[in-house]
Amino acid sequence: MKLNQKIKLNSKLFGDVDKVPTRDGYGKGLVELGEKNKDVVVLCADLTESTRSNWFKEKYPERFVEVGVAEQNMMGIAAGMALSGKVPFVSSYAVFSPGRNWDQLRVSVCYTNANVKIGGMHAGISVGPDGATHQALEDISITRCLPNLTVIVPCDWIQGKKATIAAGQATGPHYLRFGREKTPTITCEETPFEIGKADVYADGDDVALIATGTMVYESLVAAKELEKLGISAAVVNCHTIKPIDVKTITEVAKKCGAVITVEEHQINGGLGSAVAEVLVENHPIPMKRIGMLDTFGESGSPDELFKKYKMNSSEIVKQAMQIVKTKK
Amino acid sequence: MQFKKITSEKQLKLIANSIRQNIIKSLVEAKSGHSAGPLGMTDVFTALYFNVLKHDPNKPEWPERDKVVLSNGHICPVWYATLAQAGYFPVEELKTLRKLGSRLQGHPHYWEPAGIENSAGPLAQGASIAIGMALAAKMNKAKNRIYCLTSDGEHEEGQFMEAMMFAGNNHLDNLCFVVDRNNIQIDGDTENIMSLEPLADKYRAFKWHVIEVDGHNLEHIIDAFEETKTIHNMPTVIIAHTIPGKGVSFMENDYQWHGKPPTVEQAQVALIELEAERKEIQEE
Ligand SMILES: Cc1ncc(C[n+]2csc(CCOP(=O)(O)OP(=O)(O)O)c2C)c(N)n1
Ligand SMILES: [Mg+2]
Repeated sequence: MKLNQKIKLNSKLFGDVDKVPTRDGYGKGLVELGEKNKDVVVLCADLTESTRSNWFKEKYPERFVEVGVAEQNMMGIAAGMALSGKVPFVSSYAVFSPGRNWDQLRVSVCYTNANVKIGGMHAGISVGPDGATHQALEDISITRCLPNLTVIVPCDWIQGKKATIAAGQATGPHYLRFGREKTPTITCEETPFEIGKADVYADGDDVALIATGTMVYESLVAAKELEKLGISAAVVNCHTIKPIDVKTITEVAKKCGAVITVEEHQINGGLGSAVAEVLVENHPIPMKRIGMLDTFGESGSPDELFKKYKMNSSEIVKQAMQIVKTKK
Repeated sequence: MQFKKITSEKQLKLIANSIRQNIIKSLVEAKSGHSAGPLGMTDVFTALYFNVLKHDPNKPEWPERDKVVLSNGHICPVWYATLAQAGYFPVEELKTLRKLGSRLQGHPHYWEPAGIENSAGPLAQGASIAIGMALAAKMNKAKNRIYCLTSDGEHEEGQFMEAMMFAGNNHLDNLCFVVDRNNIQIDGDTENIMSLEPLADKYRAFKWHVIEVDGHNLEHIIDAFEETKTIHNMPTVIIAHTIPGKGVSFMENDYQWHGKPPTVEQAQVALIELEAERKEIQEE
């Protein structure tokens, strides 16, 4: 398998890879940002530890705001603070923020183009036993449709940290999506990260696996498996869902002739839809979307759920085998 | 046939004790979930399902039944354990809590199993759902009552305040809220995080009848529920002063037990404590 040498992925990628939740990157990124920029403030709605905003709170208690269980109010307060020169980070679970406070996000933040950053934790089905109410599988859809809003889904904690810092340094509204569970560390400090720039992690010419978030790892594992089966799969980390990297996606599509998208999210409205839009307008080719198939999740362990709902490397391998057969 | 009221306090206490033991057993098996809230609200659930409610576990869809809506969905282990104790489904099923394929979801799903009257998890949604049920009952001239169980923390939500205002404004006297006033939420004590006091006055200002009660005194809880049936033209709230983690010494009044289950060893200690309490009740 042709790993992109310029990318410098974790050397233990397929060995004894270390696992850390992506939300740790949010917590660490906030602390670093707070040090550099005294205008950075963090808001939280009774989930300080789960969102890792407690790390910022411990260091900069005077710049931390506890709003109680009140996500709508939190989003509005953040907008007001942004309009007064602060750089607020709104922290909660993705199901509640941007779930419950979407109207405030739309008007007070996006329409106003206020400099608010939203950290949505415990996204995806991997939040597991808490069940469907807590599994954010629609947050990419409801954010990527909003004008002015940038949407980023980091693939591991290191990228999560970089994305948090980059969002804090950029102007305008940004939504950052994080997971609860420990997941493999794919990248290193030297791995490039730029908002809006999808990265080709592995080269290939039979099929392109375009993935986001924790599914980037599953795609890399699948590509390795596919190599044994004689199929050369490219792996693209599409961490920025909006603005989507039309150039990179079109290039790999041209090279491979078939695309599979992989996300821990509903296939309707998420990465799959975003990539489909790009391909339909630029280079229509056979495509398959892997993700939640228009159904709610349920309680269970993350591994059980990934298996049942067909979001893992073996499903990717299966779909890749099928799609290469349909290529002309 | 309507569920037969249990009036003996001793019998009710024994039922509450069984429910607490089953909460511990289901949580330790699940390896995740919430301990403090369920144990704290066990006496209220016992009073409701074994004395106050008009219901029939053999006919859960009975149209004339009183309805219970749980707004703070995370305390569902006590709802499941109470429904099982009342005969809605086998007690053994409690062991499937939070497992793949189980009806007992980490946060409740409507009618899984029968008797679960609403889906819940995101705080404050149940308050509005209960109001909708009370409003529809009024339109249908139905005689049943709607009970909505809520937590103190969720009163911080905008939706909750909207619901309070609506119910008072619309004189929903077939509606009763119970507040689990245990003074804790995830980040700490409610009065430090977002002060709710004076809570009773807030309800009065929104045109509610207010009753405050010791949430562990079964006789007083039942009296409070009886009083709600006599109030006309306004909804009633029972502010139940409870001890989070009630019945398990190392869990009581500690907010850290909000969202974690006991370990196997901790569960053993908890069950020993509850068994000792059971003996005491039997000897009373
Ligand atoms: C809308 C929403 N925001 C946040 C949460 C996360 N959450 C679950 S329980 C809880 C604490 C609320 O306090 P309370 O219900 O009084 O907790 P308890 O007394 O049961 O410990 C929070 C913030 C949620 N379930 N719903
Ligand atoms: Mg509470």
